[in-house]
Amino acid sequence: MSLLEVRDLHVRFGQTAAVRGADIVVERGETHCIVGESGCGKSVTSLAVMGLLAKGAERRAARMAFDGIDLLPMNERALSRLRGDRIAMIFQEPMTSLNPAYTVGSQMAEVRTRHKGGTRRAALDRAEELLGRVGITAPGLRLGQFPHQLSGGLRQRVMIAMALMNDPELLIADEPTTALDVTIQAQILRLLAQLQAELGLGLMLITHDLGVVARVATRVSVMYAGQVVETATTAELFANPRHPYTRGLLDCLPVPGKLPPGSQLGTIPGMVPKLTEGFRGCGFRSRCAYAQPACEADIPLYGTTHLSRCVLSA
Amino acid sequence: MKKAGLYVGLAILVLVALAAILAPWIAPHDPYAQDLNNRLAVPFWMEGTNPANLLGTDQLGRDYLSRLLYGARVSLIIGVLTVIVSGVIGITLGVLGGFFGGRVDDVVLFLITTRLAIPVVLVALAVVGLFGSSAVLVVTVLGLLLWDRFAVVARSTTMQVRGLDYVSAAWAAGCSTPRILLSEILPNILSHLAVVATLEMALAILLEASLSFLGLGVPPPLPSWGLMIAEGRDFMFFSAWVIWIPGIALFVLVLGINLLGDGLRDLVGGRA
Amino acid sequence: MLALLVSLTVLTLAFTLTRLSGDLAISIAGPAATQEDVEMVRRAYGLDRPLLQQFFSWVGRAAVGDFGESFFFRARVSDLILERMPVTLTLGLVGLCIALVVSIPMGILAAVRENTWVDRLVQLVAMLGQAMPGFWLGLIMMIFFGLQLGWLPVSGTGSWEHYVMPGMVLAFSAIPALTRLTRSGMIQALGSDYIRTARAKGLSRFSILFKHALRNAALPVVSIASVQLGFMLGGSIVIESVFALHGVGFLAWESITKNDFPVVQAVVLVLACIYIALTLAADMLNALLDPRLRG
Ligand SMILES: Nc1ncnc2c1ncn2[C@@H]1O[C@H](COP(=O)(O)OP(=O)(O)OP(=O)(O)O)[C@@H](O)[C@H]1O
Ligand code: SF4
Ligand SMILES: [Mg+2]
Repeated sequence: MSLLEVRDLHVRFGQTAAVRGADIVVERGETHCIVGESGCGKSVTSLAVMGLLAKGAERRAARMAFDGIDLLPMNERALSRLRGDRIAMIFQEPMTSLNPAYTVGSQMAEVRTRHKGGTRRAALDRAEELLGRVGITAPGLRLGQFPHQLSGGLRQRVMIAMALMNDPELLIADEPTTALDVTIQAQILRLLAQLQAELGLGLMLITHDLGVVARVATRVSVMYAGQVVETATTAELFANPRHPYTRGLLDCLPVPGKLPPGSQLGTIPGMVPKLTEGFRGCGFRSRCAYAQPACEADIPLYGTTHLSRCVLSA
Repeated sequence: MKKAGLYVGLAILVLVALAAILAPWIAPHDPYAQDLNNRLAVPFWMEGTNPANLLGTDQLGRDYLSRLLYGARVSLIIGVLTVIVSGVIGITLGVLGGFFGGRVDDVVLFLITTRLAIPVVLVALAVVGLFGSSAVLVVTVLGLLLWDRFAVVARSTTMQVRGLDYVSAAWAAGCSTPRILLSEILPNILSHLAVVATLEMALAILLEASLSFLGLGVPPPLPSWGLMIAEGRDFMFFSAWVIWIPGIALFVLVLGINLLGDGLRDLVGGRA
Repeated sequence: MLALLVSLTVLTLAFTLTRLSGDLAISIAGPAATQEDVEMVRRAYGLDRPLLQQFFSWVGRAAVGDFGESFFFRARVSDLILERMPVTLTLGLVGLCIALVVSIPMGILAAVRENTWVDRLVQLVAMLGQAMPGFWLGLIMMIFFGLQLGWLPVSGTGSWEHYVMPGMVLAFSAIPALTRLTRSGMIQALGSDYIRTARAKGLSRFSILFKHALRNAALPVVSIASVQLGFMLGGSIVIESVFALHGVGFLAWESITKNDFPVVQAVVLVLACIYIALTLAADMLNALLDPRLRG
């Protein structure tokens, strides 16, 4: 049984189809990276899994299960038992993701006592230990500080430590470093990879950084215009990309195959189509050199272990 | 749905304004004519009513409906005039402070702070008490006291508009400062000021009624609604309708103006 | 600094106000007074001295809390005010408490049910409250609770029951602003990233609403609440005279109708100072509640 299984996820905001076919499977102890350009629906996908979509969002999926537990029929109350306990999440915006009115210690402790009970004292001890573990110096002192007294990098470390308070099995990290300085970015990502290995977490890591993907990911899913267009093991994807979009991405990299850290997604000429209600077929066809009439119909994911949503892979 | 408030408010205001303007033609009686044989006649929904006095008569036998219609004039005129006086003061201060910033703005902020520290009702009452009640005095005093929100909103919106491209362009084109203030800044903040104007007008009408109720607003026998409530007060335990009628009229008018203001605020988006 | 400057300006205004209306001595002496009476009054109250001198001596004494003697009550103004102040403060605090108890839950409810009929209902209630003439509401309540139901005394100062109706009427004036502020504060807080974090942590709905959101939404409410208290004290003059509640407002009203200027001046000044003190207190309270302001 996979740790997380998402099949054919759709999310709409009114007339906009933000996600229109996302298939993601995360196995225990593996790092599954999701890449794709800005606005392709990565955050919406992860929020849909957590049940944290904004008001007015419509979510539908063929299957969405965590450790075999069906997430689809769960109400907020039932979900809240999983969230913060067995599934944790780190967000894109470290500056605003902590409550300005409470100390770091109080915010970390409450997630422990909420799910595991125990005294506040014990929770604070654990918080201090984890702050040390994510590389924060003088963790005892930090517990009493407020978020505004910390830098962005420190806040993101606090968020990571907070996510680990209850030894989650699945950690979803949504571009945890985009808002940070480049040097700090590398540190945080190294930290995440290291923690993942040590704790045996299932890590769903959303990133723009293909260099990071090449080094830490077990599997990679590429998203484009609201769809997962290709999924494969990291080695397979880099060696043998099938979807024209993925190929375009990898071609744009400076030294193909040897990826330095910090290699951002390349740019491919053309525009992403507006994903309104009736949009069908491959979202890439306006930019694709191989586009053909068949690309205008809905295309399934072809393949068994290496999946690709392209008529060429049929 | 949100627009409904705007239309209801507008409808109420238009109706009351019509009543006020047409009062001399539609009022069934002279609002000042006393008839001591026909005092406190009851309104139409009560037993023993007299069809000549649809809303009954007051303690001096004056027709209540006629007084109510003429009372709308008092409320509206005082409301409008007060808004004009306070608007001129507040907008001038706010625009100057917001446009020039620095020292000028410090002074404007100081004036706003001072104004907020002054208890409005008390000072208005004291002034009217000193000089004797008159409608002109009420307008003057309320106008001098109710400019703070105009100033606050004019100041903050001017600050925003000042930074916009076409204002800088006007500067660069060598337009004079008064010209920029009048032809570039003012038209752009007018919609926000319209919202303030409605809210202040509602407030002014309420305050006039309060002052008149305490005997320090417009002088009798003018048919101010606040005065009507004050005069009915001695009889309210026996004939509650004498205070219900003018009170509801006052409430509905103020509600209408506020609904209009709220609707306008949604239209122009935020602030104020 | 600003507070001091504002107080001084109000002081000057309060003084100017009473000198604008012509000869004080004539008003004090009353309509039946002879020329000699007037002269006597003029000398007795120091009204024969140059205006500037009068001003400075008044300011000097006002600064140490000496507002002179009341023309009408034949008592020291400071004693009169001190004696009446508890009534007004009680009324103001009762009003504020009622207002908070009503408006905070209403605001939260409206925010949680944003854009539903509950939200619209709350906004409508706020709108109705804003349009309600306080003095009229007071009279209607007297008829209803006092006469028809006989639950509450209609006027006077004797017991706690005397504060219920005036307190409610006074609260009405603050409820609309406080409700709106709570609502918009809660809506903003509930849409924030830290609430998303709180939900991602699986916290209970109660903790999300009342610990994480309300704490941040409450900041502006606190400062507006103290400002509203200042407005309420200023507005208590109407309510106190409606309910014959013998507080500072009632004192001011009596003094105004009796041309008792020292008292009027003093009440204006005292209320302005209380307002200034309240805004300063609000700043301090905010600094206490908002860790970002503590540095
Ligand atoms: N609350 C919302 N209301 C309406 N549309 C939304 C909302 N949130 C996201 N969207 C839309 O959904 C689409 C996908 O957004 P998403 O945030 O998932 O992008 P992303 O892949 O995370 O991009 P980035 O790399 O910039 O974070 C976007 O087109 C966005 O406009
Ligand atoms: S489906 Fe068609 S348009 Fe889309 S990537 Fe494949 S070939 Fe190109
Ligand atoms: Mg995103």
